[in-house]
Amino acid sequence: MLQKTGKKYLKDGVLPHMWCAGCGIGVMLGALLRSFEELGYAKNDVVVVTGIGCTGKADDYLTTNALHTTHGRALAFATGIKAFKPGLKVVVLMGDGDSVTIGGNHFIHAARRNIDLTAIIINNFNFGMTGGQASGTTPSGKISSTTLYGNPERDFDVSALAMAAGASYVARSTPAHAWELTQYIKEALTKKGFSLVEVFSPCPTNYGKNNKMGDPLEMLRWLKEKGVSPEEYERLGELEKDEYFAIGKFCDRDIPDFNTRYEEIRARALSS
Amino acid sequence: MKRNVRFIQGNEAIAAGAIYAGARFYAGYPITPSSEIMADSARLMPKVGGVFLQMEDEIGSIAAVVGASLAGAKAFTATSGPGFSLMQENLGVAVMGEVPCVVVNVQRNGPSTGLATKPGQADIMQIRWGRHGDQSVIALSPASVGECFLLTVQAFNFAEKFRVPVILAADEVVAHARQNLAMPAPGEIPLVDRKSPTVSPDKYRPFDAESDGIAPLAAYGSEYVFHVSSSMHGPDGYSNNNPENAAWRINQLHRKIEMHRGEIVLTKTYDTDDMDVLLIAYGATTGASRAAALKARKNGIKAGVLQLVTIWPFPDREVKMLAKRVKKIVVPEMNYAGQVAGEVQKVIEPGVELKKVNKYNGQIITPQDILEAL
Repeated sequence: MLQKTGKKYLKDGVLPHMWCAGCGIGVMLGALLRSFEELGYAKNDVVVVTGIGCTGKADDYLTTNALHTTHGRALAFATGIKAFKPGLKVVVLMGDGDSVTIGGNHFIHAARRNIDLTAIIINNFNFGMTGGQASGTTPSGKISSTTLYGNPERDFDVSALAMAAGASYVARSTPAHAWELTQYIKEALTKKGFSLVEVFSPCPTNYGKNNKMGDPLEMLRWLKEKGVSPEEYERLGELEKDEYFAIGKFCDRDIPDFNTRYEEIRARALSS
Repeated sequence: MKRNVRFIQGNEAIAAGAIYAGARFYAGYPITPSSEIMADSARLMPKVGGVFLQMEDEIGSIAAVVGASLAGAKAFTATSGPGFSLMQENLGVAVMGEVPCVVVNVQRNGPSTGLATKPGQADIMQIRWGRHGDQSVIALSPASVGECFLLTVQAFNFAEKFRVPVILAADEVVAHARQNLAMPAPGEIPLVDRKSPTVSPDKYRPFDAESDGIAPLAAYGSEYVFHVSSSMHGPDGYSNNNPENAAWRINQLHRKIEMHRGEIVLTKTYDTDDMDVLLIAYGATTGASRAAALKARKNGIKAGVLQLVTIWPFPDREVKMLAKRVKKIVVPEMNYAGQVAGEVQKVIEPGVELKKVNKYNGQIITPQDILEAL
């Protein structure tokens, strides 16, 4: 069987891409484009919405519809698209700065509203584009260019946040688990309601360097070794929990999405 | 023809005008004194097959409006000072991406939270320059309930035709005034829809302006696949850092407005034929100015009124022409600095006296206030 490459969704002449060696964004984008092809999506049925930052540059590589927006607000733009044209497949690509630092309000409300978007968040624990500053997902005590002596703040668990806010589907993977990542993205794309795939991702240029995590290969090894199933993670002791992290599917539940409920409301309005 | 006459508020007329204009998407966040526009949109949108969304804030509201517009909707939002401030960055996306949309700013007294229920006209410069970077927008200012309806329709027509955000610069006085409005019949006012592409889908470039300065705009989900970007982009919508391209883009954002200035700049004049004194008014100060002018004429002062219906682009030629015929100009406005008076000052000849009448205490300007300046 021929492997799907997703190449028809990739703009001609754009490779090599702009992201640093060892960055996870390219792997995520490859997984997304393969998912599009495996699901048989037409380019005009898809709108990819991006914000600002390293992940925010992804739209320039695509041949699908795209909307490149402002820092933190991609989900709100995407909400308008999806609410008006429910037939479109709307995918929102964000980093941790975009999604849960500046854009946290839109993130929790998109999940609460359960609007049928697929959010893919590259979480590399810092602001990559602007030089490795701390974000809302930089773990406590870690070094960044704005927490030189250690981060005094706590980090968000992005997946837990999405679940608590009401998302239909939440999974986490890493570029070291590319096959699983593609499966989760496909499930998220076909799931009705707000779906999130969080991608723990290496930033060897900033976060990795600041925290002495080694070269890109060592960072990938870190993701491969420390990522365990949610069940295994639960069995770990409190100290080990700081060192390991859970990957896998956290929730997959059937809750009516915004558009479905809006159609019901609209029918009620018409008959009133 | 028997008219459907309704005794309604300016805000209700704005919502009705938007539906009449073909708006089928509203996203907003509640704020005084604009809330009735949102309430009416919530009531009316589902009934006309449209979408109403209450967003988490004004930043998200304008973002959703831009998204919906690119998906093919005539889309709008309504707000007041604090919310309008929050909208500025994403309003810039609408400018940069040439996305048609309408933003109603029911101006209230400021700065900051100010007097939330009291009128102001102090956002005139923010409406024009509130976003960072070079850009050009259109702003219209209604002076009556009737104009709230008509100028909302006009705002959508301009937004669609010129692919630009249009700001309806209302104020609390006009928004909460109640007057009789003869509802225009369907089809009575011409409606404009954005120009759709006619080229084959593989040739479509969303920023390739035609000879009229405007590029056709497709909708997401149509046969046309396209890219829109807040970053500097080429005719195809993809990022482009070339300096020549950047200059072309910035020129384009201004050129399309400048080319059609004659069509966009709307003014009204009252008793200007034989005038010695010119009152320049907009929005809520229009009624007071007209009353003051009539009173002045009874007292032997020949006063005329120029109403700026379009405030941006500024009606500089219209002001200049009328200013040549008078020795004195009076500009009443509900702000401290005289934001429109400053624009007037730029275009009038030396020797013409410019008298500003400013009120910024949340109280409306009365005919008496203006008469004192005469």
